[in-house]
Amino acid sequence: MEIIQIKNLIKRFPMGKGEFTALRGIDLSFGKGEFAGLIGPSGSGKTTLLNIIGSLDVPTEGQVTVLDKSIGHLSTKEAAQLRKESMGFIFQSYNLLQVHTVYENVEFPLLLLKLNGTERKKMVMAALEWVGLTDKVKSKPPQLSGGECQRVAIARAMVKRPSLVLADEPTANLDAANSHNILRTMETLNSELKTTFIFATHDDKVINYLHRKIFLLDGRVDKEEIVTETKTAAS
Amino acid sequence: MKLAIKLAFRNLIGAGLRTWLNVIVLSFSFVIIIWIKGVMAGWDYQAKTDMTNYEIGGGQYWQETYDPYDPLTLDISNAKIPSELETEIEAGNMEPVLIVPGNIFPQGRMQAVSIKGIRPEQTLLKLPTEKLDTVTDAIPAIIGMLMANNSRLKIGDRVTIRWRDANGTFDAAELLITAIFSSNVPSAEAGQVYIPLERLQQMTLLEGHATVLTFSDPEATRPEIAGWKLRTKADLTYQVDEMIKTKSVGQSVLYGILLLLAMLAIFDTQVLSIFRRQKEIGTYIALGYTRGEVVGLFTVEGTMHAVLAAIAATIYGLPLLLWQAKVGWTMPIDTSDFGMAMAQTLYPKYTVGLVVSTVLLVTITTAIVSYLPSRKIAKMNPTEALRGKLQ
Repeated sequence: MEIIQIKNLIKRFPMGKGEFTALRGIDLSFGKGEFAGLIGPSGSGKTTLLNIIGSLDVPTEGQVTVLDKSIGHLSTKEAAQLRKESMGFIFQSYNLLQVHTVYENVEFPLLLLKLNGTERKKMVMAALEWVGLTDKVKSKPPQLSGGECQRVAIARAMVKRPSLVLADEPTANLDAANSHNILRTMETLNSELKTTFIFATHDDKVINYLHRKIFLLDGRVDKEEIVTETKTAAS
Repeated sequence: MKLAIKLAFRNLIGAGLRTWLNVIVLSFSFVIIIWIKGVMAGWDYQAKTDMTNYEIGGGQYWQETYDPYDPLTLDISNAKIPSELETEIEAGNMEPVLIVPGNIFPQGRMQAVSIKGIRPEQTLLKLPTEKLDTVTDAIPAIIGMLMANNSRLKIGDRVTIRWRDANGTFDAAELLITAIFSSNVPSAEAGQVYIPLERLQQMTLLEGHATVLTFSDPEATRPEIAGWKLRTKADLTYQVDEMIKTKSVGQSVLYGILLLLAMLAIFDTQVLSIFRRQKEIGTYIALGYTRGEVVGLFTVEGTMHAVLAAIAATIYGLPLLLWQAKVGWTMPIDTSDFGMAMAQTLYPKYTVGLVVSTVLLVTITTAIVSYLPSRKIAKMNPTEALRGKLQ
């Protein structure tokens, strides 16, 4: 079952007096429960594509449908609603709310969904248990290590059990041990909750975990690989 | 809105010292504005109360030619007390006062005065008129502190007084000062000599005459009386209102500057906040906020400074303001020369309306000042904000 369909996606940005084309006719689709990655060097268009899938940006041309919603035709409010209800984001620099505790950071998406306190607490604690941070609920991001911050970000992305999680270079600021730890957590959540994960990365550690690898080059899909046996399975 | 308030509170508390500096500055504005307005309200209240107690009562009928600012017509500004008011006068609810021009000669100097005839048994005004009921060979008289200071008269002093009767004949007699009162009302003291009404009527051959009829109840409906002009309490305190209005404008400049300084701090904080927290703004949008909602969040956050300032002002300002209301504010210079009703010590008077209007003024101003820089968020590109790229 496809939850994302991308047809002839073109994205141009104004640059000086001219335009820069970041995506040049992308055709892709993603099914439910995929653990896929957009791989490519800097400037290949992976983050741009991820932003459009995440309804943070709109296509210049072409059609992008995410969870039956046409991204190019959504109002700001509808796009926000889509992100709020169905998407989780994981960023390279974690983007945690610095003055909030771990608990409050993870609770934030549930507050937006207006869930009641008891329900929120149950879901936040479950999410923190997935990432092994139940002992850090009262800590604030500046008191955590990079690995712990990214685990909080994963918990925040997963707490509302979204259909889709978009991760932009999630391991770029982490050492190898922490990267593997994070990736294993995400892989487990993917298999247990059937959440679709799409990564934008050029980190080999991440690439090794991906079940589907989409290589981008100069705004085009260069090649695509489906992996039947991942690093976790192999190890 | 509830969520925005919750988040804004967390953000503000999390911001630590920066928040508290703004809150303290803003709380000064609260306390000082309330104090200044309280002093003005206290002055207004004190001036009107003193005027009511010592001079105007609940309002007055003036003989139609009477003009307190025209001494040349004072000797003809009297008329027979209207018969329809006699019952009220007998009941003590109305007090006739006869005013004629005269001169006194303290220490050999001549000083123009208004001689006021008032019944010694009256209780409508707080003047110590019972001291006029003194058996003496001279005419018993009471004067205000201001008059006493100017003419260097004290209780027990005797002074010559000269007047003209209804036929224009000059006459003179000796006054005995039996009491000196302090009213804070210059017009009730400066150049005023109070003697028994009947005595003055006999002296001037104006039996049954009065210039002013002061009544006690300001609420009662007063009929029009031929030959007399009705002056309500509002008419008689008009000048106080005007003076306080004028003074309030001057004071408004002071608290306007204070508020401006506090608002500059809030504006600066908001601009800095939006500049430094672009990533956070992008994150809010990624997590499901619209840009408009983020603008709302930052506006609430800025406005909450005013709420916290109100709380801080309550904590340290309330005892301070209450203490001031108790001990008052003593004017550094002699207020008796100001020419208007003003006590030497002003007691601030705080009303619910005053506090609520100040809180609303500061909060609404803070909300506007917080909103203005926050509008920039509405134009931000979320993908660039997420990367913390300056926009």
